[in-house]
Amino acid sequence: MCLATPGQIISIEGDDALSRRGQVRFGEAVRDACLAFVPEAKEGNYVLVHAGVAIAVLREDAAARALDLLGQIE
Amino acid sequence: MKHVDEYRDPHAAQKLAQAIRKVVTQRWTIMEVCGGQTHAIVRFGIQDLLPDSVELVHGPGCPVCVTPLEMIDKALEIATRDDVIFCSFGDMVRVPGSRADLLGARARGADVRIVYTPLDAVRIAADNRDKQVVFFAVGFETTGPANAMAVHMAKTQGLRNFSALVSQALVPPAIEAIMSAPDTRVQGFLAAGHVCTVMGTHAYAPLAAKYGVPIVVTGFEPLDILQGLYRCVLQLEQRRAQVENQYERAVCEAGNTAAQALLERVFRVVTRKWRGIGEIGESGWALTPEYEAFDAEKRFGLADAEVSEPEICISGLVLQGLKKPADCPAFGKQCAPDHPLGATMVSGEGACAAYYRYRRKRAA
Ligand code: SF4
Repeated sequence: MCLATPGQIISIEGDDALSRRGQVRFGEAVRDACLAFVPEAKEGNYVLVHAGVAIAVLREDAAARALDLLGQIE
Repeated sequence: MKHVDEYRDPHAAQKLAQAIRKVVTQRWTIMEVCGGQTHAIVRFGIQDLLPDSVELVHGPGCPVCVTPLEMIDKALEIATRDDVIFCSFGDMVRVPGSRADLLGARARGADVRIVYTPLDAVRIAADNRDKQVVFFAVGFETTGPANAMAVHMAKTQGLRNFSALVSQALVPPAIEAIMSAPDTRVQGFLAAGHVCTVMGTHAYAPLAAKYGVPIVVTGFEPLDILQGLYRCVLQLEQRRAQVENQYERAVCEAGNTAAQALLERVFRVVTRKWRGIGEIGESGWALTPEYEAFDAEKRFGLADAEVSEPEICISGLVLQGLKKPADCPAFGKQCAPDHPLGATMVSGEGACAAYYRYRRKRAA
């Protein structure tokens, strides 16, 4: 139940911190998500969404580093 | 899908498994705490890639599984009232209480609705002011922000007809309970990535130090899990016991501080009961006085009742990593996903259900 799905923010609305929300694309599907807890998120960013609420902005630099490491395993 | 597909490459998985085989010199028992990881391990056959000397045991990290029977009975009591719309995540509605489940109640006329997010339950409350709308706020720390936001929104919108039946559980006290059991076999942990996305990683260092266990915060895709295991085995072989973060793309040490700010306002830490395990001190959340008016247990004046689990079920031992599902005499016989006896057969993320679904498929 603690699964969270990565999706890309395609639009953001609401400027009050706690009512910030937006449209997030997951593959083919687009869903509304609460963005209150990712104040730093911008359009185009990937966020991790759980139960309709974004809980993190995914860090592209860390992802690239992890994949790089995976590529180096012999 | 980006941030998913890259972590499912079978060739890289083989290489990681090979790397584990190279470093391992003795038997080790490692627990993945989270039910989502258990599900991925069984689904992708990760145990089969590992050397025999690395044994995985499955932890208590499925909030559906550990929600006490009494709580489900309370949900049923509320849901069957005429003036109530009862909202829940999909995986809770099949969980049997001591007499029935929510789906059964719905078939008999109760207004039980499955929602994707607790925020939908708040919208339903706004649209149905003549009804009491109750959300079954089940979850670990990962679900805390969504549940807290729902209660907070109801308060700011002045929705007097919304309340939450809260069954929130916390992971670090469960790890502590497992490690302090005298017969524990667990030597290392994969900690649940998304729990740490929200709460950060600082709660784990004292546990790693106190019990001398490596704890690797790990993601949910096959390569995440294999890499988490590699780092855990490496620590064990080098006699280290530290907190490491495999899941850096989603977890930082401090966690999500914006979410934590609301969590601290909405929830306070309480002792709670875990289905199959029993009471664990300071292992759950209840609403703070500021939000108490939204507590469904108080609103409907529900009392605690003593109910007991089927005797044959060993799910408490399965949840603590002491037994495997197949050790249970009822597994796949009296107990199966469409007629579950215990906590761990109920949810798709429970160890018994995961074994039932994928092991049987592969054996066929
Ligand atoms: S198989 Fe069923 S009865 Fe046996 S431990 Fe698992 S949930 Fe309990």
